[in-house]
Amino acid sequence: MTINARTTLTSFVVNGDPQEVSVTGAQTLLNVLREDLHLTGTKCGCNQGICGACTVLCDGMPIRACLALAMVVDGRDILTVEGGKTDPVLSVVQQAFVETGAVQCGFCTSGMIMSATALLMRKPSPDRQEIREELSGNLCRCTGYAKILDAVALAASRLPIQESAT
Amino acid sequence: MGIEGIGARVARKEDKRFITGLGRYVDDMVVPGMKHAVFVRSPHAHAEIVSIDVSAAQAMPGVIGVLTGKELKADGIGNLICGWMIHSKDGTPMKMGAWSPLAVGKVRYVGDAVVVVVADTKGQARDAAEAVQIEYKELPSVTDASKAMDAGQPQIHPEAENNLIFDWEIGNGDETAAAFTKAAHVVKIDLINNRLIPNAMEPRAALGVYDKAEDHYTCWTTSQNPHVARLVMSAFYNIAPENKLRVIAPDVGGGFGSKIYIYPEEIVCLWASKKTGVPVKWAADRTESFLCDAHGRDHHTHAEMAFDKDHKILGFKVGMQVNLGAYMSLFSSVTPTYLCATLLSGQYNIPAIHANVKAIYTNTAPVDAYRGAGRPETTFVVERMMEVAARQFGMSPVELRRKNFIREFPHQTPVILMYDAGDYDASLDAALKASDYAGFPARKEAAKAKGKLRGIGLSCYIEACGIAPSAAVGSLGAGVGLWESAEVRVNAVGTIEVLTGSHSHGQGHETTFAQLVNSRFGVPLDSVSIVHGDTDKVQMGMGTYGSRSGAVGMSAIAKALDKVEAKAKKIAAHLMEADEGDIVIENGELKVAGTDKKVPWFQLALAAYTAHNLPAGMEPGLKETAFYDPSNFTFPAGCYVCEVEIDPETGVTEIVQFVAADDFGNIINPMIVEGQVHGGIAQGVGQALLEGAVYDAGGQLLTASYMDYTMPRASDLPSFQVSTSNTPCPSNPLGIKGCGEAGAIGSPPAVINAITDALGHEDLVMPATPLKVWNALRKH
Repeated sequence: MTINARTTLTSFVVNGDPQEVSVTGAQTLLNVLREDLHLTGTKCGCNQGICGACTVLCDGMPIRACLALAMVVDGRDILTVEGGKTDPVLSVVQQAFVETGAVQCGFCTSGMIMSATALLMRKPSPDRQEIREELSGNLCRCTGYAKILDAVALAASRLPIQESAT
Repeated sequence: MGIEGIGARVARKEDKRFITGLGRYVDDMVVPGMKHAVFVRSPHAHAEIVSIDVSAAQAMPGVIGVLTGKELKADGIGNLICGWMIHSKDGTPMKMGAWSPLAVGKVRYVGDAVVVVVADTKGQARDAAEAVQIEYKELPSVTDASKAMDAGQPQIHPEAENNLIFDWEIGNGDETAAAFTKAAHVVKIDLINNRLIPNAMEPRAALGVYDKAEDHYTCWTTSQNPHVARLVMSAFYNIAPENKLRVIAPDVGGGFGSKIYIYPEEIVCLWASKKTGVPVKWAADRTESFLCDAHGRDHHTHAEMAFDKDHKILGFKVGMQVNLGAYMSLFSSVTPTYLCATLLSGQYNIPAIHANVKAIYTNTAPVDAYRGAGRPETTFVVERMMEVAARQFGMSPVELRRKNFIREFPHQTPVILMYDAGDYDASLDAALKASDYAGFPARKEAAKAKGKLRGIGLSCYIEACGIAPSAAVGSLGAGVGLWESAEVRVNAVGTIEVLTGSHSHGQGHETTFAQLVNSRFGVPLDSVSIVHGDTDKVQMGMGTYGSRSGAVGMSAIAKALDKVEAKAKKIAAHLMEADEGDIVIENGELKVAGTDKKVPWFQLALAAYTAHNLPAGMEPGLKETAFYDPSNFTFPAGCYVCEVEIDPETGVTEIVQFVAADDFGNIINPMIVEGQVHGGIAQGVGQALLEGAVYDAGGQLLTASYMDYTMPRASDLPSFQVSTSNTPCPSNPLGIKGCGEAGAIGSPPAVINAITDALGHEDLVMPATPLKVWNALRKH
């Protein structure tokens, strides 16, 4: 038996729900979300940690689910694009994406929304340049990014203005 | 327009599922018993397959089947085809070599599929794929089309001598040559249109399900045109007759042309499902996408333009060498010919044009239409030529363009197309004003004071969309007609389903098509569902590409709506004992004009289905179908202005402003149109500044990941100033021209014209990376 076949019971919270999954050493968080938990909103765009389509929040920090081994998130709190009902910042960002026309094919959208949510959790009033730089880790082929930046600015305008401690 | 109708900026209906992660893409699909496919691909650019040994792979854990091209051929699966016949100038048909879905005997590019492994998990399939033993005898390879026809180069297909697929021409060579003898000035340019990789964010995927009970196949696939996929897989690839094959393209994560074509993988998944008795899913990893998705462009062009002493254009002659890769993809032959050279007249009066296009096999991935499809290539030639000519004449590029603009319509060009409407001065004026073109010299001086170089460039593009009149394309070699179909089903309670052969993979059809229905009948958008992408639901359709869904797809819907409206009015007139001609539809009600008599829409629909009180002889129900075949292409056009600032120390180019003034005809949803333009410009700017596929001398793709192929990121792009000044299209009932490709077509020459303006010379090849710009600054 190879090390990849050995399983470890991993417990973590996804969108407020406690989960317990038996994972192998080779399984990524992306595999577990999509295949074990059937949360397919998180997308696999490159599997190399570059395109950002698989971005989720781990204890509030954006991570690439395709590069995170599932067993590493044991004990962590994961927020995915399906978690809008459990997170007020995420739901504001989601609504802003619709109102500004920031979605086209929808494939990068989940990762974009999660990166934007992470930004606004950390810095509720970013200027446009900060938004642009923060979202430069997420690739989109449809929109030219302009309306995505508009969406994040709109979401920011609807959040309470206060810088977080960090 | 109403608050939800044509022209309204309404939010997209489909976004609810996308923002919550509930979109359903092919790789999200799970069916009972589903297994996973991984392809073993050629590591060589050109090689003979000496032997294939699958025994070790077959013995690996979880492996269900390991299948080769020999078995595929034994089962009668056909070769992939190019669906558009082009004849060379000597009258001979194009020389198409065989493309087996799994290679037999020979591989012709790095990534050519050779063996498929099906296993319980993707990981097991991947492990087993590594255990497949293939012995190759390497052959010399060639990747550069400008060299592939030379003596001594490897012969890629026996059918195509010297790797020449066709040697095609358009226009009048004698008249063009005569025009050049009268010229006061001749301007010559040599250009390379760089090779691009489309990179839809969703990698291609396919799920093949064979149902033994019904002897029936279902294929979920990432397609822009599922009906064409079904047609081709039935008629040419021998998967199954159309009635035994259902193709579903659910949510598709971008296409840009690359998902028009039928690829080996979906054929193999269907065949392998029958062969192994399990549903078979394949999803490309990103490097497979880089290697095997059809690439775009890759033209080498020499162009000469003749002018009289007053700088009026007399003639234009163009020679293009076009790299089609190792195999002819579905539309590969039409992209550099009828979609490209037919627009060499640009926005200008050009009395004589002649173009020669040589299409060439190389040991690279197949090349086919990519956003713009031939039109960016032409626009780059025409608009670089105009700017270079103006600079050589020492005159304003604005003045040279104005001097030659077409101003009378319809206008017959010397290269087939007849432009139906346009106002090129209007878009040029709008772009000049928005960009403060007149203020550029002062900005250039200010930049100079900071040690920066500023440049400004124009591009006045035109494209042909609304593809296409079926008889016209048939006479030019198309294997299909390019109409569109629609079915409008009014349900008994008045809600409406619209079935369309167009396919939405980011364009927002579920919203814009519903806006059209809202405008006609006043029913709320929530009561209208757009059904697409499933051959079991929609009978036939030609799909979405070439900016055709508005001009052709929506026109088909409009035609079906006409029929529904006519029948609804007959019923309403009967119910209200009025004359049919007096019935008007307003705000969801059918009214007798000039009276207070009215029937609500839902009540009318119910009456059609209860059929208790219909006009004598009328069939019950309210459902109509239509096929719409356009009478002409549409001609979106516009003017783009790009202004750049270059740091001479680093060679980094910053786009300081980008202005787009487009004429798209009538607009359904301005928000969606803006998004299309932004995205198109992003791809055009990507081509001009960042992107380029690079093969090494041995045929290995060096740019096979996002670490090596530079995709535009948010920080690479400027804010765009976009506007439209629209002349309605006279050729279709909605006056729509199309907006999907303009940005990608118009922007590369604007960017390169701006950079070369800043450099002070023309010696620059796309992409204009900092290294190239830095070198260009030091070359002259």
